[in-house]
Amino acid sequence: MSILDLQNVSKTYQSGSRKLTVLDQVTFSIQAGETIAIVGPSGSGKTTLLGLCAGLDSSSTGSVVLNGESLEKLNEDQRAAVRSRDVGFIFQNFQLLPTLTALENVMVPLELKKRKDAKEKAMELLDKVGLKDRATHYPTQLSGGEQQRVSIARAFANAPKILFADEPTGNLDTETGTMIENLIFDLNKEQGTTLVLVTHDLELAAKTRRIVHIKGGKIQEDIHA
Amino acid sequence: MPDFAWILKMALRDFRKNLSRLLLFVSSIVVGIAALVAISSFGENLVKDIDNQAKELLGADLVLENSKPLGDIGLDSLAVETASEVNFASMVAFPKSDASRLTQVRALEGNFPFYGKFETIPAAGEKSFRSGGQKALVEKALMAQFDARIGDSIKVGNLNFEIVGELQKVPGQTGITASVAPAVYIPLAYLEATGLVQYGSRVEYNRYLQFAAGVDVAKLIKPYEAQWELERIDADTVEDRKQSTGRSFGNLSNFLSLVAFIALLLGCVGVASAVNVFVKEKLASVAVLRCLGVASLDVLLIYLLEIVGMGFIGAAIGSILGTLLQFALPVVFADFLPVEVTVGISWKSVGFGMVTGLFVSILFALLPLLKVRKVSPMATLRPETADSTLLKDPARWAVLAGILLFIFGFSFYLLGKVTWALGFTAFVLVAFGMLWGVGTGLMWAVRKFLPLSLSYPWRQALSNLYRPNNQTISLIATIGLGTAMISTLFFLQNQLLQEAKFADKKDQPNMLMFDIQTPQLEKVKAQVLERKMPILQEVPIVTMQLNTINGITKKENEELPEEKNYSRWLYNREFRVTYRDTLIASESLATGALIPKGSRGDSIFVSFEKGFGEGNGFKIGDEVEFNVQGRPIKTYIGSFREVKFNQVSTNFVVLFPNGVLEEAPKFHVIITKTSTDKQAAEMQATMVREFPNISIINLGTIVETLEEILGKISFVIQFMAFFSIATGILVLISSLIISKYQRMRESILLRTLGASSALVRQINTLEYFFLGSLASLSGILLSFLATFLLCKFVFQLNFSLAWKEGLVIYLVITLLTIVLGWLNGRKIINQPPMEILRGNG
Repeated sequence: MSILDLQNVSKTYQSGSRKLTVLDQVTFSIQAGETIAIVGPSGSGKTTLLGLCAGLDSSSTGSVVLNGESLEKLNEDQRAAVRSRDVGFIFQNFQLLPTLTALENVMVPLELKKRKDAKEKAMELLDKVGLKDRATHYPTQLSGGEQQRVSIARAFANAPKILFADEPTGNLDTETGTMIENLIFDLNKEQGTTLVLVTHDLELAAKTRRIVHIKGGKIQEDIHA
Repeated sequence: MPDFAWILKMALRDFRKNLSRLLLFVSSIVVGIAALVAISSFGENLVKDIDNQAKELLGADLVLENSKPLGDIGLDSLAVETASEVNFASMVAFPKSDASRLTQVRALEGNFPFYGKFETIPAAGEKSFRSGGQKALVEKALMAQFDARIGDSIKVGNLNFEIVGELQKVPGQTGITASVAPAVYIPLAYLEATGLVQYGSRVEYNRYLQFAAGVDVAKLIKPYEAQWELERIDADTVEDRKQSTGRSFGNLSNFLSLVAFIALLLGCVGVASAVNVFVKEKLASVAVLRCLGVASLDVLLIYLLEIVGMGFIGAAIGSILGTLLQFALPVVFADFLPVEVTVGISWKSVGFGMVTGLFVSILFALLPLLKVRKVSPMATLRPETADSTLLKDPARWAVLAGILLFIFGFSFYLLGKVTWALGFTAFVLVAFGMLWGVGTGLMWAVRKFLPLSLSYPWRQALSNLYRPNNQTISLIATIGLGTAMISTLFFLQNQLLQEAKFADKKDQPNMLMFDIQTPQLEKVKAQVLERKMPILQEVPIVTMQLNTINGITKKENEELPEEKNYSRWLYNREFRVTYRDTLIASESLATGALIPKGSRGDSIFVSFEKGFGEGNGFKIGDEVEFNVQGRPIKTYIGSFREVKFNQVSTNFVVLFPNGVLEEAPKFHVIITKTSTDKQAAEMQATMVREFPNISIINLGTIVETLEEILGKISFVIQFMAFFSIATGILVLISSLIISKYQRMRESILLRTLGASSALVRQINTLEYFFLGSLASLSGILLSFLATFLLCKFVFQLNFSLAWKEGLVIYLVITLLTIVLGWLNGRKIINQPPMEILRGNG
């Protein structure tokens, strides 16, 4: 069963009087439970593709269907509801809310779903990423690796159908990076989530079952392991 | 449907970490709210006190007033007690020091005031005065001026009176009236012997009446009103006085509230500007929240709730401070208050302050806050640089319209007239627009014309002004407006005094003698010429009243509809008129021509002062019949004259041609110039001794009085301007603290690149120097413009650039900015670089 389906998706920006096509007629689909890496050089359109897949942005033409919802038919707030229900995110620069503690950051997706056990569930997730004892710390009081672990706990909090990770180890040293990679893959396996990774790192990409190469806004190759 | 419980929880979580910064945002409105609450509470209490002390305001139940002696008015027999007073301006002299000055002589008979009492030093002074004999009560300002003591004598006309009391307080009289015309009370029985009441003397006759408790005075006087109207007798009851005093102070309190409102608006600019920085810093968090699936309205509500919380705290602090500040206001306004003012909490004013504070915080914060609705979740992946512009968002237009509507509504509430409220709204727009324009222009000029060859610290400091989120323009607006208010006041005060003093230096008249009777004229002239002083003007004056305008009598005029009738006051007032066929230096012809008698048949053509004539609806050719001492004289308006009233000269609203009034009873005015203060004092002493009925004004006295009055008024205005300056300083402090993190990063970067602490300090100091300079210069430029306009169109003075005063204000404001910057900057420089790298700053 396909969880994400893209048909002829293009994204064009207006730059002064010039039209800039960042994604050009991209078509592919991802099956539920699949792990996939989108790789490509800087400026190839990876991040734009991720944004469209996750419903963070809307395409200029084409259609994106996420877990049965046709995203182009939804307004921004309706897409936000889809994200809250089905999508998890891990960012290169962690993107924790600086005014919330580690625990509260993880609680946000659960609270959005009005879960009564938000605190217990968030604590459980922090325990899984090994940060139970840092629950009351603010992001500025945590190291980069710790922040990313909180971010992973938050991403898995709402038991997403699909998880998007944008260069999740890009800001970390090799040792910490490896630890984070393992954590993502382990949790993904445990929860059976679909994982979409965007990365430069071919070694990291190799850990997924499928690699999509993108260049100049077009898919160059789509390799299934 | 937003989940309010969760929104509140998120707001509280965010609030926790932003408490101190958010408090700074609202600190900007605290001063404005405090000022509003203080003035509103003061106004409320004042109205209450005027109500409670209404009888003391008038001193009697009924006061009748006329320019002729009041005969039997028919009410005396109904009164429990009556008193009479004759008052007029006259010279008095202190024989001990041989000094003299123009005062208000009040000749009193009876136990007035019936309510309240004269407060004298010694307390027994009043009793002694009323016990009979040649005794006087003298206003304290006058006693102080001439260093007079109890027991000294004071010469009023031909008589000497013993000073038995120094007047501290007279019911219903304010300190400012005492400065303008200090009073000397003498017994009425001696008035005639003083020889002061002669033809031409402007005398007011008062009758004070007290009725039994419970008498309805309005009903009682009803049958007499028509007759009094005919005889031009003014009747003033406690209710009338209460209303007129209440109205004047209501107007004053509303005017002061408007000044406080300006301070509040300045604070609002500070709030909007600080929230703008806050929002910019929150954009990343907003994008994350959007990414996690939070609806745009929910995000807006989270931050709005924080602002509401802070607005509430700001308004509450402001209201508490305002209630406390109110205790100081009776001291500030002491010279203007006719009643004893009590102070106390006015819950109505506190509520007013709370609602206003909360409302303005939300309104002004919304302008930048609305931006969060437009933040795309894509910003988590790719930080946005594009800002949603004002032009594109209708909601922001709606908020802007709301702000204008609020300013209009608030001013309408205070002023009660649509046109005035529109005028005030326009004034606010123009003032802010001009400051923004001047600030932007100055910044542009500095960037454009400052040479690149300048040393690095100068260039770096200058470019810091343009750093994002620096709030430079809003600081220029807030500090600038405060500076503009204070400087305009200084400049104008200076200009008025300069003008008065300047007149003494040139070949301008500086002494004016009036009330000279015809038989005295030649002797007075001889005295003047004997001292080798010139007779610059010798003006005959004839008093008259108006009978008809275009054939309409006073009675007929009253029956005309409001839009067609002439002012009632025209028929009641006394005109003091002179005659000549030429214009004098202070006059110029506006329309028509001066037409000498006989040049157009038998008709007499008079000339009216333009403002007076046009203001009262007169036109060239109108027929005006005057009553000159009982004889009707029909005239036509032949011309309108522009008259400059600010010169030491005799100016008239009505001018007759020669050949009409020569035989009418008249008195004279002589204008001369003394060359030294000593000569002026000697001349004045001689005149008071030989011609006690003649009053003398010399420029020295005018300047002194002017200085005293301006001093009192400017104290009040400075007090009010202080609120704007204080708000400006608060906005400055909050802006410095808000930008602290950014400044720290810059300082650390510079230090990492090898800059010494001294260099960083130098750059920071220079930045504050530029900021202070731009703000104060904008304000000073604006105040020069305001002073110029006021001089030209209101005071008709020659404008001269008060650059010395401007320089002092510039230095003070700039220095203040630098000092505040230093105090804030010390911590920045001492911060270890690692703190910044970890983002703990």
